[in-house]
Amino acid sequence: MDLNVLWFVLIGILFSGFFFLEGFDYGVGILLPFLGKNDRERRVIINTIGPVWDGNEVWLITAGGAMFAAFPGWYATLFSGFYLALVIMLLALILRGVAFEFRSKLVMPAWRKLWDAMLFLGSLLPALLWGVAMANLILGVPVDADQILRGGLLDLISVYTLIGGLFSVLLFTLHGAMFLRLKTGGELEERAAGVVKRLWPFVLLAGGVLMTFSSSNTDMFDSVLPVFLASAGLLAILIGGVISGKRPGWSFILNGLTIVLATAALFTGLFPRVMVSSLDPGWSLTIYNTSSSPYTLNIMSIVAAIFVPLVLVYQGWTYYIFRKRLTTESELEY
Amino acid sequence: MDVLGIARSQFAITSIYHFFFVPLTMGLSILVAIMETRYVRSGEETYKRMAKFWGKLFLINFALGVVTGIVMEFQFGMNWSAYSRFVGDVFGVPLAIEALLAFFLESTFLGIWIFGWEKLPKGLHAASIWAVAIGSNLSALWILMANSWMQHPVGFEIIDGRAQLVDFGALVSNSYLWLQFPHVVASALTTGAFFVLAVSAWHLLKKESETDFFRKSFRIGLAAAVIGSVLVVGLGHLQTQAMVQNQPMKVAAAEALWETEDPAALSLAALIDETNQENPFAIRIPYALSLLSFNRPSGEVRGILDLQAEYEILYGPGDYIPPVTLSFWTFRIMVGLGMLMALFAFAALYLDARKLLTSKPIYLRMLTFAFLLPYLSNTVGWLLTEFGRQPWIVFGLLKVQDGISPGVSTSAMKTSLIAFMLLYGILMVIDIYLLVKFARTGPVEETPQAEFEPAVI
Repeated sequence: MDLNVLWFVLIGILFSGFFFLEGFDYGVGILLPFLGKNDRERRVIINTIGPVWDGNEVWLITAGGAMFAAFPGWYATLFSGFYLALVIMLLALILRGVAFEFRSKLVMPAWRKLWDAMLFLGSLLPALLWGVAMANLILGVPVDADQILRGGLLDLISVYTLIGGLFSVLLFTLHGAMFLRLKTGGELEERAAGVVKRLWPFVLLAGGVLMTFSSSNTDMFDSVLPVFLASAGLLAILIGGVISGKRPGWSFILNGLTIVLATAALFTGLFPRVMVSSLDPGWSLTIYNTSSSPYTLNIMSIVAAIFVPLVLVYQGWTYYIFRKRLTTESELEY
Repeated sequence: MDVLGIARSQFAITSIYHFFFVPLTMGLSILVAIMETRYVRSGEETYKRMAKFWGKLFLINFALGVVTGIVMEFQFGMNWSAYSRFVGDVFGVPLAIEALLAFFLESTFLGIWIFGWEKLPKGLHAASIWAVAIGSNLSALWILMANSWMQHPVGFEIIDGRAQLVDFGALVSNSYLWLQFPHVVASALTTGAFFVLAVSAWHLLKKESETDFFRKSFRIGLAAAVIGSVLVVGLGHLQTQAMVQNQPMKVAAAEALWETEDPAALSLAALIDETNQENPFAIRIPYALSLLSFNRPSGEVRGILDLQAEYEILYGPGDYIPPVTLSFWTFRIMVGLGMLMALFAFAALYLDARKLLTSKPIYLRMLTFAFLLPYLSNTVGWLLTEFGRQPWIVFGLLKVQDGISPGVSTSAMKTSLIAFMLLYGILMVIDIYLLVKFARTGPVEETPQAEFEPAVI
């Protein structure tokens, strides 16, 4: 395996990790106004992700940084090409990030409502935009011979990419509901269980529709591996949904597996491209025409080999420290 | 404004805004870590309350630093894609390492620290705020490594029209970095110190019940202010001396020195005529610039016009002169503020040793405003660093106008500039309001989980 492939895989892993972890954070944010009936319940819901959301978001920063270092051409084309979509995402992430901190600082009901709304929007918009963005990578965008994307926000919106966005919103929401069911007790846990029960068939349906459209609108299923990964992802939703009543822990893991498999299906479907050009297949960005030098990839590989495992250990430890369920009777630190 | 102007404004506004919060994060995290360590060592409850109180202010400030940090990382690709393509091989490396080594450490352990008071043993809890302090200061190391490379590119070769890394060791050991990084850490410590001094002084003036609490805080802030301000001035001096060698044009502009001089005189103040490239009036001290640059009363300091002629031969025809008036005055303001801060710190040390602080309220009152000095000097310091490099985005390799994203429309950039400015403005007001409110409230015991029950939703 050459270093370009290794870094393509590593960035795929970083995005999988990001979607897995931040996926339930977004889901919790989306469910906040629906599951929290009063202020204390909403605080409990927020506190389930309070200690971890910031660390989870760093997965995105790291994926972005890794992309910059390993495939600067990809980073440059993607970030400038998806300009306004990213502006919306950044505004949403800014509002969401400060909402965690600002919300409880004042007691005024209007103040708290405002920041709860920002948490909701700040979770919903990125959840949607990630699906749209990922769908665009494989569908193809107007990238020219100089690797410059000539288009605006509207060029990113189509039936196919909106289905991608819908799928990611539903999948992350389900992920959040499953997470909340594990992390809360009492009425909140019951309500979260109710959401899981009602929601999972829709996620399965959306996944099926996305897969169908992907096979007709894109070339991602021209090889076997992505077909296998995507089908396994759908199967995981099905099994996770069926057993969700009895085995909440396993259903959460299976749903997380779906997120990882969907990301893997996209990345294997793209390979060795990283962004498809809709103007000319020959102009597509690949892991070879956008990459850094072997020397840089080597340095980055050594750094990643040392520090990724270390990060996994201490982030895992965080979840261990905060493993207890929260209820409205819990002592809330924040 | 054209696309270039908009992109530059957005970068400048985001960076300055971001760096409004970062120094306090870096500096205050160290001070909170020291307070909590004292608590662990002595068991004295006051220090725990101190860590909690200053920690709360730290967090209000931290939130905005984090969220603008994401914009910082994204905007290289969004607005400066040609730059990103050109430098990614080199510049992306410290950025990626920053996320992996520093941001994970900082954010993960901050979550543990905020929510872990009752869940972790005391020592481990204190260790987690140290991890935050180390993480945030370490992140400065990597991002400054990236910036140092833009100022003083090393360890690379131009291959296929792109800068490619050939020596990672050179990137890490860049001489520019090892003066810039300690200078920034010291100024961050000073920022945190003056913040603690200001809030403590305000409470001590009120003569309320928490005198002991704020006396102890004051002492910690004072020690940090003395150390930080001395270091910041000393390191700044060394940095300027190195710049005489590495970035002569920046020094010449910062000194408004049009002609090469040996021995060179220092202009304390000058009227600068950039069109005619001369100073119609200047207050000058003979020998002083050579003395400052080389520690001896002689030595050549090169002038702007000479360097311009040399650069035209090296890089082709063009204007290689940074904004001189701006460089000259930001440099003087920065140096002046640095010395003023050191003066403030030593005056407080003297008054405190003589137990005169509370009997001379005028001094405490001055300190409640002195926290603005580091903010101002941090900002002008960056203005000098970045404007002094103009017209280059990477010195000698790429000009700013060649770094911009070719595919992004003017209207898209304008939209984002306006949206970010509005949001930054609103959040700044809220953040300052909350900081002032909680700073004034003081260390109230365990804010009761303030609650309200709305009828129904």
